[in-house]
Amino acid sequence: MYVAVKGGEAAIRNAHRLLADRRRGDRSLPSLTLGQIAEQLALACDRVMAEGSVYDRELAALAIKQARGDLIEAIFLLRAYRTTLPRFGYSEPIDTGAMQVERRVSATYKDLPGGQMLGPTFDYTHRLLDPSLAGDDAPDDPEAREGDGVPAMRVSDILAQEGLIEADGETGGEEIGDLTRTPMEFPMGRDTRLQALARGDEGFLLALGYSTQRGYARSHPFVGEIRIGEVEVEYRMPELGLTVSLGRIRVTECQMVNQFKGSAKAPPQFTRGYGLVFGQSERKAMAVALCDRALRADELGEDKFAPAQDEEFVISHSDNVQATGFVEHLKLPHYVDFQAELDLVRRMRGEHARKQGGDEAMPEAAE
Amino acid sequence: MTLETEIEDGLASYNFAYLDEQTKRMIRRAILKGIAIPGYQVPFASREMPMPYGWGTGGVQVTASIIGPDDTLKVIDQGADDTTNAVSIRAFFAKVADVETTTRTGEATIIQTRHRIPEEKLTEGQILVYQVPIPEPLRFLEPRETETRKMHALAEYGLMHVKLYEDIARNGHIATTYAYPVKVEGRYVMDPSPTPKFDNPKMHMSDALQLFGAGREKRIYAVPPHTNVVSLDFEDYPFEIQTFEEPCALCGAHGVYLDEVILDDRGGRMFVCSDTDFCEERRAEGHRGHLSGEAMEAAE
Repeated sequence: MYVAVKGGEAAIRNAHRLLADRRRGDRSLPSLTLGQIAEQLALACDRVMAEGSVYDRELAALAIKQARGDLIEAIFLLRAYRTTLPRFGYSEPIDTGAMQVERRVSATYKDLPGGQMLGPTFDYTHRLLDPSLAGDDAPDDPEAREGDGVPAMRVSDILAQEGLIEADGETGGEEIGDLTRTPMEFPMGRDTRLQALARGDEGFLLALGYSTQRGYARSHPFVGEIRIGEVEVEYRMPELGLTVSLGRIRVTECQMVNQFKGSAKAPPQFTRGYGLVFGQSERKAMAVALCDRALRADELGEDKFAPAQDEEFVISHSDNVQATGFVEHLKLPHYVDFQAELDLVRRMRGEHARKQGGDEAMPEAAE
Repeated sequence: MTLETEIEDGLASYNFAYLDEQTKRMIRRAILKGIAIPGYQVPFASREMPMPYGWGTGGVQVTASIIGPDDTLKVIDQGADDTTNAVSIRAFFAKVADVETTTRTGEATIIQTRHRIPEEKLTEGQILVYQVPIPEPLRFLEPRETETRKMHALAEYGLMHVKLYEDIARNGHIATTYAYPVKVEGRYVMDPSPTPKFDNPKMHMSDALQLFGAGREKRIYAVPPHTNVVSLDFEDYPFEIQTFEEPCALCGAHGVYLDEVILDDRGGRMFVCSDTDFCEERRAEGHRGHLSGEAMEAAE
């Protein structure tokens, strides 16, 4: 029977209705509130905010709920919303040195000014499923103590005192690039590259970072420092000459300390890979720092042979919203192109059979 | 809670045709540059759209930037107005731009398309907007953008001819059946988007403006009306389009692109027009194919 593939509006409408039903699930169970998602699935919200490039917990929670917990879909929802927002300017650079630190660890020093603070980490938990979480037992209140009010000095600043590590790069008077407002061009500046990495897919960057540890562009990394906490976001109003605070955001910063042999121009000193991510996401910040360092191969005059060093490869494929869209577009109809291929294959098979004509006296034997 | 109202306000305050005017201006500049340099890929700051990358975001951004309240929009995918993604994009513009939509090629001022050019000859004043997945015709010969841009700048297209030559040496044919590369106005080699090569001749000296949008790859390019568009070939292996042995089973049309529709599990098949509007109009005019009666009954 002839049934054309008709994707009528009714079919789409019904599919979306079914989706809404499946999203809600069993109606006898209470619906999740945005507050519950934001509070109890906080790290999922962090990832959605980071890769969605919008710092808004409630919207992230809404996106996660709407996406049935599919985080890439939630990221996509947030991105599509973000693009409609008016843009009135760029904030001042955040000062992570003045961070109100909740976690701060350094692998390069046993102890350092400001101390090591484990904070709310999964590290050193034994990964045993905890049956008590199936219920609603309230955990104990956390320990708290008064801070001494001294900002925790950045490890990079400690090393910089001896000139052992490269300084922060100069941004010069140039404007900082904006990945979302100008078309990407290769080779990129480190500013836009770091932007791309900050919103890049955690899994993709994790795998690339891992590959550098396994010898594909090994950079001898040490975690100089990871810090998680809140920083102030400030905006300078050029009309008024005033700088006002827009609020505080939680970020994770990772400074990798890497080897560098030095060159004719530069004495041997440590180099840095840098990662900064919205919310609490150490894995992502570390992966970004490893990738950032690997992608500086040209700048540091290193041999380029590994995928993680290939800027065009890494940056062109790190965005999961782009990647998922293009991979999944394969399910759209392609029958016009397929027809063209069918036609060619049939024609070529026909010619092949004609050429083989003489030899095909015993086709069974050939099979 | 303030969240709902914020979001509702956000939804309510979408601009005409979804994109804000600054973004449209940026895209229009890219379009104008593309028209000024036919076949040249203009980078533009592609936006995230509320549909996935790879699903027509480039075409949607181009359409959103050129559409006005008086336009009449037609959207096709694989030549058909009723394929799911065409339905979805048409509904999007009906919602955010409140424009007239049509399925009739002749009535449309803007036609957004994926993978086909309508059979009916386009006329002056019409704009055909192509959705483009990979705008770079050299991409599968050279994956690096930095290299391909250089090749275009130097008009160094030898690699493409070598590829076509290797096809002939290996298969006796140029084995490219869709997204068949063209040279525009004697300068840039251009990807016509994955339309079957059957449609390539329609691009040549077209009366309509042809715009190409690649959202994920952030490129826009254009073929202005009355522009030379030549499919690459060799003197001894001239460019040929697909031909079909039988006419459309529903409307009896010859010389049009056909879709193969499987009828049963015993190898039964029919060939019907890929351009559904063209087929319907022919049938309305009384043309009949050899299966038209039967097929229409079955569909009802």
